[in-house]
Amino acid sequence: MIRFILRRLAQAVPTLLAVVTVSFFLMRLAPGGPFDLERPLAPAAMENLRRVYGLDRPLIVQFGSYLAALAHGDLGPSFSFRDMSVLDLIARGLPVSATLGALALVLSAILGIGLGTVAALRRGGAVDRLLGLGAALSLSLPSFVVAPLLQIAFGLSLRWLPVSGWDGGAPSHLVLPVVTLALPQVGALARLTRASLAEVLRTQPVQTMRSLGLPPSRITRHALRGALLPVAAYLGPLAAALLTGSVVVETIFGLPGIGRYFVEGALNRDYTLVMGTVLLVAGLVIALNLAADLACAWLDPRLRVAA
Amino acid sequence: MSARLPLVGRGRRTFHRLARERVAIVCLAVLALIALTCLFGPGLTGHEPERTYPDLRRLPAGIAAQPDADHLRPALERLAFRMRVRLDDVSREGDALRLTLGSDSGIDRRSLVYLPRSDLFGEPRVVADAESGKRLVVSVPVRHLRFPLGTDVHGRDLLTRCLVAGRISLLIGLTATLVALLIGVGYGASAGFLGGGVDAAMMRLVDVLYALPFVFFVILLLVFFRASLVLMLVAIGAVEWLDMARIVRAQTLSLRERDFVRAARALGLGAPRIIRRHIVPNTLGPVAVAATLLVPRVILLESFLSFLGLGVQEPQTSWGVLIAEGARAIESAPHMLAAPAAFLIATLVALNLLGDALADALDPRAE
Repeated sequence: MIRFILRRLAQAVPTLLAVVTVSFFLMRLAPGGPFDLERPLAPAAMENLRRVYGLDRPLIVQFGSYLAALAHGDLGPSFSFRDMSVLDLIARGLPVSATLGALALVLSAILGIGLGTVAALRRGGAVDRLLGLGAALSLSLPSFVVAPLLQIAFGLSLRWLPVSGWDGGAPSHLVLPVVTLALPQVGALARLTRASLAEVLRTQPVQTMRSLGLPPSRITRHALRGALLPVAAYLGPLAAALLTGSVVVETIFGLPGIGRYFVEGALNRDYTLVMGTVLLVAGLVIALNLAADLACAWLDPRLRVAA
Repeated sequence: MSARLPLVGRGRRTFHRLARERVAIVCLAVLALIALTCLFGPGLTGHEPERTYPDLRRLPAGIAAQPDADHLRPALERLAFRMRVRLDDVSREGDALRLTLGSDSGIDRRSLVYLPRSDLFGEPRVVADAESGKRLVVSVPVRHLRFPLGTDVHGRDLLTRCLVAGRISLLIGLTATLVALLIGVGYGASAGFLGGGVDAAMMRLVDVLYALPFVFFVILLLVFFRASLVLMLVAIGAVEWLDMARIVRAQTLSLRERDFVRAARALGLGAPRIIRRHIVPNTLGPVAVAATLLVPRVILLESFLSFLGLGVQEPQTSWGVLIAEGARAIESAPHMLAAPAAFLIATLVALNLLGDALADALDPRAE
């Protein structure tokens, strides 16, 4: 087990290196720089700024020094947020994104797996069809349509919840963004659970349990354990996507999360901030995929041998 | 030896099963309707997508002919100001208005050209001229403009804009899916057929690519290199081929041990030919399902990028662009969000349900 985890972590290093390299050179190839303002700076000032941030050195030297700093866990200073390092910004944004993402993940997992199980148990019936339609609808409702509608309905008309803002993570500020984030995932998870559970319910062991007269609730519990395998595999990348913040939801609800720092960083050519956020997301994707694989191995002993 | 025969049989059975599903038929009909209206509709609405009617901004959806009484009076007053005349009297005569204009310094008849130029009126006809040109009675026909879905903040017809936007959204959905399809099928079939070390190396690359935060890369590309339609197509296609490659590879692995593939190999056919003629046609079932479900994802991704202002740029427009405009004007003109959102959601729901139905119809175990 330990060896499996270590091997996976070792495999992550080249992937992360690829992420760093691609995003570094992609940004430097792009036209524009971090100090291009509406009114151009005096050449001497520009010269000084570039020297302070080390942008006057050859590209390959800059890349080398970035990697060297990275090896010490230093993501460098932010170019657009003065006096802030990228680590400071991540320390500020990550709790926001992670809180939202974790809540949305729990909400969508409970609802999605629950509804998917109901649909699979009543396969072909009216409930199943209704849930199928609901799942397709939830997958097709873009968050940038749902979010303004929720804001209008619960924020402006009913005045139950604040329209936007973070306010230190007050619960009332979390409701609308979490619902917006979770909604499409409920549909996706319900679909996945239904398909997988329906498959398992057709297999020999389940038929045998039925013929032995086991109560349906116990059969469902056994079947669900096997059926959750693809769901667990899907939850890994999903968790990474949710935890690192949905760019749109953070933009619409005015939340200071990672997704917004990333977009602002990209627009301002804040090289280090963009690299930092991309690297963080990539790292989380890898870590959570690994966690999902471990969960699969726990659910299905056969996978442990292969690993 | 023909590898196509089983496909034909399965294809026909799939089609019959699909035809029995009412949901699938309805979805196909909805999609065909949306595609056709987007293709031919903009020519039939009577408005150019870019044409602005400054006097008719933010009209709500409705079938009544415009300009209505509420908009007529303020529009006339603005015109009179521009023509430097007084609006002494307005009376309605059927489809025309009888205007009595007055001016102490005499009316320049050339200024009447402002009336037809405003888009709301036809050619004016002078009925009477009194007090040596200081009083003019003019009969001017009122035009009948129709805006079934209302107008936007610039007074452009929303229906026409939704349809024109639909062309772009659907075009991107289909072409980007095609790009993903070509890369994914080619890559997956090659990996699966060649097998061994080549397969392991190729799929290892796919695993690595899976771990990359791709949406972030697409955003980076679009921010740095000026968003353009072609760049977006390439970026989305390049992101979405991974699933397709995995599906095709899994199919190919089982196909390559089948007798007809062995026979082809025994006859000395080269790998490219076998892949093209025997492997790929037999993977089309699952690929069709994946592609049907990929189109709505791509359309959604495009709208998402356009919503952030990174996708389709003015003067071109897409549903995502229109939804972004609508979200900004949601308090004063909610129909501006509702109209493009309805088009987008109808398309996505139809595609998603169609993909499900197709998957069910292709499922060999379904009774």
